Amino acid sequence: MERPQFDIVPRAGLPIVAVVVVLLIAAIEANKLWPLEFLHVVGGATWTIIDLFLGFVLGPIIGKLSIPARVEFTTRLMPKMVLIMPTAVAVTLAAGWQLATHLGTNQTSYALHGWIVASYIVVGVMAVIALGLLEPANIAVLTELKKPVPNPEVVERLMKRFIYTAGATGLMQVATLVIMTKLSSG
Amino acid sequence: MRRRTLPPVTQLGMLSLAFIAAAVIYMAAHLPERVSLGPAIALLALSALLLVVNVVSLSRADGFAWRRFLEVARWALLAYVIIASLIEFVFVRNNTSGSPLVVLTLCLVVFALDVPVLIAFTVARYDEPQPAAAVGASERGSA
Repeated sequence: MERPQFDIVPRAGLPIVAVVVVLLIAAIEANKLWPLEFLHVVGGATWTIIDLFLGFVLGPIIGKLSIPARVEFTTRLMPKMVLIMPTAVAVTLAAGWQLATHLGTNQTSYALHGWIVASYIVVGVMAVIALGLLEPANIAVLTELKKPVPNPEVVERLMKRFIYTAGATGLMQVATLVIMTKLSSG
Repeated sequence: MRRRTLPPVTQLGMLSLAFIAAAVIYMAAHLPERVSLGPAIALLALSALLLVVNVVSLSRADGFAWRRFLEVARWALLAYVIIASLIEFVFVRNNTSGSPLVVLTLCLVVFALDVPVLIAFTVARYDEPQPAAAVGASERGSA
């Protein structure tokens, strides 16, 4: 099986992640509306768009590619996902909680508190699927492809798991869009 | 590849994560107001119990690639400790204190242990157990 050279965790991306984390901490500490809203919207948009695009557009395409093309695509895409997704999720959730505290929307007295709790539940379900199935499959398929002789059966099984779970979180993201647009329109 | 019978670590780990998610959602839905901690503590205890059962049952499994497991788990642990610390920071920043903070912190500790176990197990289950020297050599060869 032909495979391009790749790192499971792309080291070049680590300084970018570090900068984003520092910005997040600074925004939370400053507790100002614009930086919190910026980080929450940018992180949430990244998370939602990647889940939807991966689940409904790229996933089916990957499934139809030949094995060598799939391996080449995987070794170029998935290492980036190892850094992008946890960073986007952490930024969205941490900035989101601080933003809700700043605006008072996480108070039980808030008129749309039920919608806020619904967003927690959707995020909780997505987190369990992503952290329990998607992220482990992502790391495992890259580790398998790093081996001198990867097992095609294992790569196939893990890729299927990745694509199906990406589809499931993509579906949940539709619920996120419904909730967030309802919250922003009052 | 030789098939090994391994305990249902992924299923139990996901259930443990689900209990933790439920505990954090329950608390987040009530904070910053006063929150009754009983349900959160019960969910946390169930989650921690499942984590312990997972690790114990895995430690009894024959022919498991422990070296690979630990190699992946330590880096995943570092990543998820950073993520858990960020979430903890937000709660502390917003004056969460006392018993709710203790329960939230313990939830984050279980979360930061659950995810590395799940990632490392998924990687190691497809690996053959091998001595340390062989693992190092195979990594140098494929890097």
